[in-house]
Amino acid sequence: MVFQPGTTRRQLLTMIGLAAGSSALYQAMTGIAHAAESDFAGPPNLSGAKPGASVLVLGAGLAGMLAAYELRNAGYKVQILEYQNRAGGRNWSLRGGDSYTELGGATQNVQFAPGNYLNPGPWRIPYHHRALLHYTKQFGIALEPFVQVNYNALLHNSAAYGGKPQRYRAVAADFQGHVAELLAKSINQKHLDQPATKADRDAIIDALRGWGGLNDQLAYAKGDESANFRGYAKDPSGGVNGAPVPSDILPRDELIRSGLWHALAANANYEMQTTLFQPVGGMDQIGKGFAKQVQDLIDYNAKVTKITQDDKGVTVTYEDHNNGGAVKQAQADFAVVTIPLSVLSQIEIQVSPAKQAAIQAVPYATSLKIGLEFKRRFWEEDEGIFGGISYTDQEISTIAYPNHGYQSGGKAVLLGAYSFGGKAYRIAGLPPAQRIRAALDQGAALHPQYRAEFDNGVAVAWNRVPWSLGCCAIWTEQTRKDHYQNLVSLDGRIVLAGEHASYVGCWQEGALLSSLDAVTRLHQRAVAG
Amino acid sequence: MTMKFSKILLGAVALALPFAAAMADNAGPQTGTLPTAQSTSGATVYANLCQACHMEDARGAVGAAAIPPLAGNKHLAAHAYPIFVVLYGRGAMPALGGILSDDQIAGVLNYVRQNFGNHFAGPVSPTEVKAARIPGKLYAGGF
Repeated sequence: MVFQPGTTRRQLLTMIGLAAGSSALYQAMTGIAHAAESDFAGPPNLSGAKPGASVLVLGAGLAGMLAAYELRNAGYKVQILEYQNRAGGRNWSLRGGDSYTELGGATQNVQFAPGNYLNPGPWRIPYHHRALLHYTKQFGIALEPFVQVNYNALLHNSAAYGGKPQRYRAVAADFQGHVAELLAKSINQKHLDQPATKADRDAIIDALRGWGGLNDQLAYAKGDESANFRGYAKDPSGGVNGAPVPSDILPRDELIRSGLWHALAANANYEMQTTLFQPVGGMDQIGKGFAKQVQDLIDYNAKVTKITQDDKGVTVTYEDHNNGGAVKQAQADFAVVTIPLSVLSQIEIQVSPAKQAAIQAVPYATSLKIGLEFKRRFWEEDEGIFGGISYTDQEISTIAYPNHGYQSGGKAVLLGAYSFGGKAYRIAGLPPAQRIRAALDQGAALHPQYRAEFDNGVAVAWNRVPWSLGCCAIWTEQTRKDHYQNLVSLDGRIVLAGEHASYVGCWQEGALLSSLDAVTRLHQRAVAG
Repeated sequence: MTMKFSKILLGAVALALPFAAAMADNAGPQTGTLPTAQSTSGATVYANLCQACHMEDARGAVGAAAIPPLAGNKHLAAHAYPIFVVLYGRGAMPALGGILSDDQIAGVLNYVRQNFGNHFAGPVSPTEVKAARIPGKLYAGGF
């Protein structure tokens, strides 16, 4: 595949990223001025609310709770209806003592030791998700680094290198080195479209030498230059045996065929660029922090069945499962509906045909996350892997190591699977115990210690999460064009919010930005009368 | 970096991966074969894909919303409707037309239409599936 006039900028960037790694992608992105940050510009200014005006918020996830928080601050009377018996929505952590029952009835009782957890939903926060960072700071929720890139983690393809995983460091260094050598030699021998001047050619060759770890012959070869990137067969040490020994490089053609370099491009994605964060103590600290601000507004165990509106207000019919499922109605001047479209598409709602169509038009992806608790941190003790992510071509896709509690004794939980879409469905269709067994079987290809060290686990398949029936909305270019504006438009007295109503899909930031935009427009409508 | 330079750079590398979903937290580089690519047998496609939501017994489930049962579902009687739903999805259900072949879709529909207590007459053919694909229409599948 080569660059053609019709190639989109993102495709071009992806290709550059695939071929050249993160620094080249970053240079290209900033060069084309596409790496814009979140447009979050501070909390909304909602002044001048009419006394007594009221808003119903459906859903106590982050979008709903933020809407309630800002609207109440602005003077509105707010009530939140929540289907679950807890706040947070997809912002969720599972710990020892928790019980989780999925669609189909399978119940898992989590056995993790105190302090250990699985984040079944969101688990990382890019530094440029400024709305989320603003509110976590305002609500006093402590963050710590999330390790996205660990050069000592593993890359694994069952069909390459006899199934033996390779170090991220070696793949990154060797792919970069081989590409640099190809280019440097081609430019040197004038086989390419050339930069105009000799000075430009020399500059780029010089850059490729430094970037790729080439020697003075412009070769990527075993030696001090390559070892400086890929590590040593014997590390530098002290005393009489202090001299280092360079390591062998992975031959070029086999490395390219291995496909292991896909991970380099993934880590170069804007959202994955360091620094990333996670809340101290589990992702649900954010949901709990938000809930602390609005807990007096939330009615739990309320299953919404119907949403109607007229020129006076909005009426929501719901089953109150705190009272045996008694059918009740709540009324307000306006409503912010944050129910996922997977669920909302089955609820009667009085909005325009265009919005109805939009609600029906957006399917939900699945993902699979499996937390495995081991008796000890063998990945740290045996392999020097402290946090970060390994990738495999198997269905589990991902093994991620805890980014906290380094070097502590006792049990620890790693993420034994995080897969998305097509990779997730087969295992997601198994009973939970078999999902965990599959994660153990596949993970053992990277870490043989799995068998001896496993203690217990929990497996969340988002397609079977009773309150969302999937993990997040799937948009395409076509559905964006046909339905997005209809989905987010203010419809009479009703507005929708959530990650599905954003271009930051499947991220908490999308939920928050959508919510802020929705309440701002709702407020303007309310003030206008 | 000049455009000419990047053009050559790109030409130097063979690409195999469909572009990862942009602007979404996803599981990173998902390479290798999808489980759904492994068989055209209806039973296998059902187990590898459909039962994740519709359940092993095809009875679906109910939570905040419902996953419809396929067992005893009269919508399976005609061919056009289930073919369209599998190809292009419906509500929360993703489009599967992008990852399943015509043979696989016919196979899994015939499997579902003759199992789980269902006995719908007249098998679905791959030709019917092929004819139902709308040129240019995207599969919103999330794969």
